[in-house]
Amino acid sequence: MFETPTIADFLAQSNLSSTLPATFLALWTLVLVLVDLFLPEERQRWTPILACVGLGICFVANLFVYSPAESEQIALYGMFVADAFTGFLNVVILVATLIAILMSWDYLNRADIHRGEYYVLALLSSAGAMFMVGANDLIIIFVALELLSIPLYILAAFRSIKNDGSDLALKSEESGMKYFILGAFSSAFLVFGSALVYGATGTTNIPEIFLLAGGIAGNVSSAAFYLIIGAALLFVGLGFKVAVVPFHMWTPDVYEGAPTPVTAFMSVTAKIGGFAAMLRLLVTGLAALVIVDGEPVAWQATVSLVAVLTLVLGNFVAISQRNLKRMLAYSSIAHAGYILVAVAATGTAGVADAATQSALVYMLAYMFTNLGAFAVVMSIEREDGSGGNIEDITGLARSRPLLAMAMTIFMLSLTGIPLTAGFLGKFMVFASAVQAGLFGLAIIGVLTSVVSAFYYMRVVVNMYLRDSSGDLQPALETSAVRWAINIALAGTMVFGVFYPLATNLVSSVSIT
Amino acid sequence: MDLTGLSLTTITLFIPMIGLVILLFMNGETQRDNIKWVAFGTSIVAFVAAVLMWVNFDPSVAGLQMAQRNTWAEVSLGESVINISYFVGVDGISLLLVLLTTFIMPIAILGSFGSQIFEERGREKLYYIFMMLLEWSMIGVFVVHDLIIFYVFWEVTLVPMYFLIGIWGAEERIYAAVKFFLYTMAGSILMLIAILYVGNKSGTFSTYSAAGDVGVIEMVQSYEGEGSYWDPAPDEEEDTGFLLSSVESFLFLGFLVAFAIKVPIFPFHSWLPDAHVQAPTAGSVILAGVLLKMGTYGIVRFNLTMFPEAAVAWAPTIAFLGVVGIIYGAWVSYAQDNVKKLVAYSSVSHLGFVVLGIFALNSQGLQGATLQMVNHGISTGGLFLIVGMLYERWHTKEMADYGGIWKMMPAFGAISLVISLSSMGLPGLNGFIGEFTILMGSLGSKYLGFAFTLIATLGVIMAAVYLLKMFQHVFMGEHRNPLSDETRYKLQWNEIAAFIPILIMIFWIGIQPIVFFNMLDISVDSIAALFAP
Repeated sequence: MFETPTIADFLAQSNLSSTLPATFLALWTLVLVLVDLFLPEERQRWTPILACVGLGICFVANLFVYSPAESEQIALYGMFVADAFTGFLNVVILVATLIAILMSWDYLNRADIHRGEYYVLALLSSAGAMFMVGANDLIIIFVALELLSIPLYILAAFRSIKNDGSDLALKSEESGMKYFILGAFSSAFLVFGSALVYGATGTTNIPEIFLLAGGIAGNVSSAAFYLIIGAALLFVGLGFKVAVVPFHMWTPDVYEGAPTPVTAFMSVTAKIGGFAAMLRLLVTGLAALVIVDGEPVAWQATVSLVAVLTLVLGNFVAISQRNLKRMLAYSSIAHAGYILVAVAATGTAGVADAATQSALVYMLAYMFTNLGAFAVVMSIEREDGSGGNIEDITGLARSRPLLAMAMTIFMLSLTGIPLTAGFLGKFMVFASAVQAGLFGLAIIGVLTSVVSAFYYMRVVVNMYLRDSSGDLQPALETSAVRWAINIALAGTMVFGVFYPLATNLVSSVSIT
Repeated sequence: MDLTGLSLTTITLFIPMIGLVILLFMNGETQRDNIKWVAFGTSIVAFVAAVLMWVNFDPSVAGLQMAQRNTWAEVSLGESVINISYFVGVDGISLLLVLLTTFIMPIAILGSFGSQIFEERGREKLYYIFMMLLEWSMIGVFVVHDLIIFYVFWEVTLVPMYFLIGIWGAEERIYAAVKFFLYTMAGSILMLIAILYVGNKSGTFSTYSAAGDVGVIEMVQSYEGEGSYWDPAPDEEEDTGFLLSSVESFLFLGFLVAFAIKVPIFPFHSWLPDAHVQAPTAGSVILAGVLLKMGTYGIVRFNLTMFPEAAVAWAPTIAFLGVVGIIYGAWVSYAQDNVKKLVAYSSVSHLGFVVLGIFALNSQGLQGATLQMVNHGISTGGLFLIVGMLYERWHTKEMADYGGIWKMMPAFGAISLVISLSSMGLPGLNGFIGEFTILMGSLGSKYLGFAFTLIATLGVIMAAVYLLKMFQHVFMGEHRNPLSDETRYKLQWNEIAAFIPILIMIFWIGIQPIVFFNMLDISVDSIAALFAP
């Protein structure tokens, strides 16, 4: 007999309070869009300040919701899960957004395209990422992914709103368009994959898929076939988002053309969202997809192969890049490869939790370091978009010693030299790969990081070891971007020296 | 035993860090004169602390002394949680190398006082900051006994050296710096995988037992089951397949490649001439004096103790490479016209002796090898100082441009002669003691044949040939290139001050080696005992 649910039932079932950080941020953007509308011209700076306030409240809310680390709360009728995994990645996303907003404030003023909508879109995208890391259902993954991506398409093209026919505006437009078309394409893969998985299992809920998948995959049937194809399509769809080889083609162009703070922002949040969903799908949902001798080997081999391709291509192609943003784009492809090493390691029984934790630490380290590197690139970029080539940082150590020092530390961290956060991330990832018995993958991983040292150190060579022939570059950036660099630098150094800070934060993460 | 209290080792280790922090807050322009004194003062304080460690050191006790162990981080690997701990302490070998490091650093800093590189490239403050960072990380390498923290220090040494070569080096400095960085990183990063495997297998990263935890070395040595600790179920064909099929062998190589590149052992040496020749004087002194010893130290500390069976199996091969290095280094050294390159290749030759001594796998060989690490640091460090002082005056590294310098600078000539003789192993000076002990060790080794010793002995003769050639070309004959500034013929006070401790050590080790052998005895015996039946 059907009973009309009461409000109390609804609240209990939906458990909205545990989705508070994500829902709050989504609501805050609505407030922001209204406030921005009524702000007079000379008070435009209130929009980014209010955005930061929203992030701060969200951060506090996050602490309250996730402070009982042991509890795992299910919300929205099982579609959303609030556990330590979600809580940790929420923090990473919030910090990333904060740094990106600080960078944007500076960039928009310099480019004279200051619009309040920019911050609204950025926050909306973060809210999407926060829903994505807690997604417990294929539907939510799809909705959150679109919420994450659509604002990013607009942001990537944001420079073109001042249509002065300049190269920058055109490139930005191209970037947004490319990103939109390929993003829509990849969403189609994701949707189709979800449909096939639903067809095979009759559910879109990830834990339920887990319960059913083992039985289905064990038999030869059309359902098993749909499940495997569906899982592969889901992997492809998410692979596009996180830019792993061979689904990376859009990355360099989009990263180069988009406004620098947007590039920095999407290189971090889109990857975090994508990898979070990938981990939930593979570890929680499809752990038993294809069983050989009691171990799920099929997707581990696939993920390993993709990881190797990503590591090799990302690192080797980055060598030949002259443009710093393009170089960082390829390097971000390579870093997706390192996270994939951890994802592959989750496929070995017993290692799943440790490998998930290592992926989280890696994302934390990557977030600080990569945003910092982009912030430095942004502060030496000129108005007309020039100044972003590797020759342009020549002699930076003399003209801007502190900036050069910060960039050096970011480069060392991206290489994975100890005493920086990047080392901790790589160490954790390779430790889990060794634990999982993936020695070949680990060895390829470390060898490609030597390759990466070549192009990262070239930046340092140009800054420190060569002297510029030209004049000293004037400081173009404002204190906002300096704060962005300082936060990123502090994160890189502190997490790189005090390992327990990061390892304790993730120690209770378990999504199996 | 509670090891969490502050130990003297920690104090010595962090003195350079204090200097670094002070330097960071000084103004590079207005306090230019004070900067070098802060750096020099710090290195002297570190040396005093190291001497205090020596005073406190009890050579009759086996195992680590002045140890400290604090848990640093807990890392979950699968179901188990592994501690990374800050674990420092010294035995005789570590102590001797800490003494060497803290001894070489003030000399290298003194040698850079008033150098022309600061006129050309400036950035004196940055230079001394990197010196302090280098000293900190080198001491760290020699005192830590946790594999992860060891790896941290090991990799961190790369960074300051890279900048020292790259910013203040000679014309080809960028190429040399990048080659140095990539080459050594490629080797050491494979060690990371081996370290992770070791940690994963044994459940700890500590090499020694402390505070209730059993260290890796202890586990390996007390293993009493089938096969060895690393290969509990050996193959049937273990005898034929050990070198390439056993886990232990792979781990051994994982560590060895990192160390072999640093030493450098013969086919891995190609970064060394570039780095040495392009580095500024102090950089070369530290490279030859201390950094190369990190490799040989690592072999003794980790390869021999953690993988004794693989060490036995690989001993003839590695010792053979060592002998090839002795001959090859000497041969190539003789062919050089560039005096700095000549000294650089002589390092390859001298460290070949150290490798031979280590893989003799007996206590004489190991003692000789450890002492020879110190000897080489002092003698070759001294030779690089000489080359640096010549270059400061004549701005050339070609031997043909010198000549007759003894006539103009008699004191300098005499000092150089003593240092050259010590490097070629004249009895009564330090080099002889080390090389002789190594040769004795290799002669008595169970694992090496007679031919190793025979060929290595040829290396001693060849050393005399190339060093005397250098001495003859530079110091004897006609004085071809008179200096325009007559006052430059005089040695400066800081140059004299840098040579005095070197000369003292050359004679002290040469005449009274027993002081240093005593320090080593028990520590070396405990390693050699692994290889005695």
